[in-house]
Amino acid sequence: MATQPNPLATGRPVYLIDGSRSPFLRARGKPGPFLASDLAFQAGRALLARQPFEPEHFDQVILGCVMGGPNEANIGRIVALRLGCGERVPAWTVQRNCASGLQALDCAAQDIASGRSELVLAGGTESMSHAPVLFGTAMVAWLGALNSARTPAARLKVLASFRPAMLKPVIGLLCGLTDPIVELNMGQTAEELAWQFDISREAMDAFALRSHQRLARAQKQGHLDEIETLYDSDGRYYESDDGLREDSSMDKLARLKPVFDRPFGKVTAGNSAQITDGAAWLVMASEEAVERYDLPVLARVVDTQWAALDPRRMGLGPVHAMAPILQRHGFDSGDIDVWEINEAFAAQVLACLRAWQDDDYCRQRLGLEGGFTPIDEDWLNVDGGGVSLGHPVGASGARIVLHAAKVLHREDKRRAMASLCIGGGQGGAMLLERVDA
Amino acid sequence: MNDTETRDLYTVVDDDNIAWLHVDRAGSSTNVLSAAVLEALYRELLELENRKPRGLVVLSDKKNGFIAGADVNEFTQLVEYDQALEAISRGQEVFDRLAALPFPTLALIHGFCLGGGLELALACRYRIARDDPGTRLGLPEVRLGIHPGFGGSARLVPLVGAVHAMDLMLSGRSISGRAAKRLGLVDYAVPERQLQAAARAVLLDPPFPHRPTRLQALTNHAWVRPWLARLFRHQVAKKARRDHYPAPYALIDLWQEHADDQRRMLHAEAESVARLITGPTAQNLIRVFRLQEKMKALGRGIDFRPLRVHVVGAGVMGGDIAAWCAARGLQVTLQDQSAERIAPAIKRAHRLFQRRFKRPRPVQEAMDRLMPDVRGLGVQHADVVIEAIFEDADAKRSLYAELEPRMRGDAVLATNTSSIPLEELRSGLATPSRLVGLHFFNPVAKMQLVEIVRDDATDAGVVGRATAFTRRIDRLPLPVASTPGFLVNRILMPYLLEAVELVHEGVPPAAVDSQAVAFGMPMGPIELADTVGLDICLHVGEILASHLGGEVPAHLRELVEQGRLGRKSGEGFYRYRKGRPVKPALPKGFHPADDITDRMILRLLNEVVACLREKVVDDAELLDGGMVFGTGFAPFRGGPLRHIETVGADTLYQRLRELEKRHGPRFKPDAGWEVLAGFTGDRQ
Repeated sequence: MATQPNPLATGRPVYLIDGSRSPFLRARGKPGPFLASDLAFQAGRALLARQPFEPEHFDQVILGCVMGGPNEANIGRIVALRLGCGERVPAWTVQRNCASGLQALDCAAQDIASGRSELVLAGGTESMSHAPVLFGTAMVAWLGALNSARTPAARLKVLASFRPAMLKPVIGLLCGLTDPIVELNMGQTAEELAWQFDISREAMDAFALRSHQRLARAQKQGHLDEIETLYDSDGRYYESDDGLREDSSMDKLARLKPVFDRPFGKVTAGNSAQITDGAAWLVMASEEAVERYDLPVLARVVDTQWAALDPRRMGLGPVHAMAPILQRHGFDSGDIDVWEINEAFAAQVLACLRAWQDDDYCRQRLGLEGGFTPIDEDWLNVDGGGVSLGHPVGASGARIVLHAAKVLHREDKRRAMASLCIGGGQGGAMLLERVDA
Repeated sequence: MNDTETRDLYTVVDDDNIAWLHVDRAGSSTNVLSAAVLEALYRELLELENRKPRGLVVLSDKKNGFIAGADVNEFTQLVEYDQALEAISRGQEVFDRLAALPFPTLALIHGFCLGGGLELALACRYRIARDDPGTRLGLPEVRLGIHPGFGGSARLVPLVGAVHAMDLMLSGRSISGRAAKRLGLVDYAVPERQLQAAARAVLLDPPFPHRPTRLQALTNHAWVRPWLARLFRHQVAKKARRDHYPAPYALIDLWQEHADDQRRMLHAEAESVARLITGPTAQNLIRVFRLQEKMKALGRGIDFRPLRVHVVGAGVMGGDIAAWCAARGLQVTLQDQSAERIAPAIKRAHRLFQRRFKRPRPVQEAMDRLMPDVRGLGVQHADVVIEAIFEDADAKRSLYAELEPRMRGDAVLATNTSSIPLEELRSGLATPSRLVGLHFFNPVAKMQLVEIVRDDATDAGVVGRATAFTRRIDRLPLPVASTPGFLVNRILMPYLLEAVELVHEGVPPAAVDSQAVAFGMPMGPIELADTVGLDICLHVGEILASHLGGEVPAHLRELVEQGRLGRKSGEGFYRYRKGRPVKPALPKGFHPADDITDRMILRLLNEVVACLREKVVDDAELLDGGMVFGTGFAPFRGGPLRHIETVGADTLYQRLRELEKRHGPRFKPDAGWEVLAGFTGDRQ
């Protein structure tokens, strides 16, 4: 593949200033307490309240979201107005499936680098528990016919054509998580990788267990201070990610049945990302804005990369997106201190780790001379990931970038890579660097 | 007519020969139907009769609305029945002229369309209202102790049927343009952009005037009326007693007797209002209304437009203050030590917003304005910071020490303390003069009064800003001195304690309460004590006793020690089931002693006189406003001072003397009585 130039190398520097997110709330088989716009609003308001500038000072607001509700067309604009950014701040919504949040940050970065914007609020949100349940096409056609039947006789005729099968609902969430081109759902793409890279059920479950253990440790040590408490209107409040299973064990994980390739598969609910509601935001700024408002700098966005591959192997997207970045900067794995690879599936992250160091894969698929040195797993998803805290598809991209930047400061490290696989066969990655280290 | 400075209305005839009669009362931002405006309208109508336009539109040039009603100030001059009848009949005559015009007439309504304003609209053939949150139509006369008198009841009842019409007139509530359209009160409710076009379209091609549905029409049938009238009386009786508030009952009688004949109903309406308006209830309610206007005017002219409020303490008071501010459009941050403490306040706020706004988007807007704020991010931005934590001077002082350095220099620092004097609280402040009291009453959304507590050391500018803030959130400010209990609680406490004493002597609580309700209190003192919380009553009572002398009944302390705290603990003087008191039936043949009411009310009045003597309020008249809007003190009596005036200070003084002899020194008349009694003859 041809190496592209770093789009951010020639432009003005882009800084991450501050960020926040909602706790990620596991979907419990019914619509959760918050719409996608509510999540983004509540995650953002305290963030804006602590800034030294007014919300009206943003040049634009960009929000990633895969499936906004029927009342949330251009959800970015809705949330921007609710956050008090005012009539004059343009706002838009981006959709790149699982990397919609990262896409929002990239758009913001490009506009800051090019000089179009100085100060941008960017992030992602998703309320997967509110994914719509739809009537099938036959039912919609029937309702339409009924509505346009004028005479009682015509109405009767339409009524008579009703078939109970038409009532079968279309589950929007399942559709969204199924690739219509290769006709595999996301779990099946993970099974595909597990087969190709010979990843055992034990390896997946061990990865999942570690994800929960790391999240548990992070919660105990207060390492997730980017979370803003959510309040609902019934007097309940939500302070932390509730997908965590502290009592998780290899035994318990082993007992779960495969859900995508039944009955022989290996990918279970326990070693997959959870269906979750959540939102995350970052304040991004140019040098000029940093000086004007005397803003603290969390990290600099050094580089971003998007890549595409066979939709059947969408889980390897991070490998394809991260490799060109390392190549451009002449880095190997050891030059990156902190890694966030979104955990869509344990099998999928494990496959990435193997492909990353596999000479054949890197030569054939990436046109490299050989594989990279292995990624140090101690520094990969240090505080858990999608398997333990969930993957609200539109929000995760913004969450991992925010958290990677936070970890850089906490652990006094310099460089971080954040990357996601994207349903449909893509990958996205962003390289961050601290300016004060 | 050509003098634009002094004219109250003018007419423009357009190319379609439609006459547009603009009401624009000179020298005022609000249209009211004063006698002068009515006369000008009459002259204008005579001229229009000759000119014979194709149609007439009546509209207002005022930004805030159509016509807000009759001129209440003129009401107070109506002391003789004949004089009142003449004034009302003249108004009816003007509106009859309007109703009889030989071409189509239309009222184009925006903003306030109340009382006489709506009656004018009802005299038109058509009504079109603007569809927006600011447009309110209603007949609130009953709140002033009267009912519609310019033909309102006679015209409304046949238009929309008795059920809707009586509901509007008996409750005095106002409704939106859209709701008015649903009832049939207006023909159309349209957005501002369509108002002119709608009026023109209706007059150019006049439709058949609105008629009630068959069911609505049936409600006025002679056979139906006696039954409905009983129902209406039954409903009114739940809220107001006939001997206290005669107007709603008079209206029901009027309708029941005369609804078949509009002419006779108009006459009867005028006579009934003339009777009511010269009676004590209406005069006292009008006085209360004017006190309210006076309190509303207090913050006027102060250049302070608060946008952001920070409230510390998410308990019942703090949480509800924050919610109320958000409901009134301010950006609010609500701080407490944890999310767990704030969450219940957010729930209560949501309930308030739902009750108030009903539609989802306004509810969401209000919720969005109310930010839970554990870290206190809002302090630095706030125009007003309100402390509403528990009553502990040390805790409050250390909180101020944290808040003050982070507050803007010009921000108001207010405490909602109900008992601690400012001088004890301000000692640690860098600028001690900035502390002011904003004492809200429970429930915040219902009680309009806020005591503005200040003393000699309080900066006058701060007091002004606190007053302006109180008006911004549509509460009634009452400046009071920073003395123990301030005004309202201090006056209320002896009354409550006397009630407790009565119970201790063996009078059933329900009997005590029913006596107070019979006097005109909105709730009996025992139930009130249970509602406020007996622990809080005890606390306030002890603070007052320590400053002012007197004793807290031991009975109260015993109940608190037993954990019987009132409504919140499920049991106080009463047991509570689903938040409602279970009042046992009085024993058969029980007759309360005839001095029960006197014992409670006279202790209250005695404290009123003490407060007056000690100048807890500067303006004696406002003491009445404070008691009516802070405690619901019998509005039809016009407030405690007015009550003293009505009964006579000498009489009450003598009565106190008797009670002192019989029940002890707590009835010793305050020294202020002698001054008051001496003045009684001259007062107004």
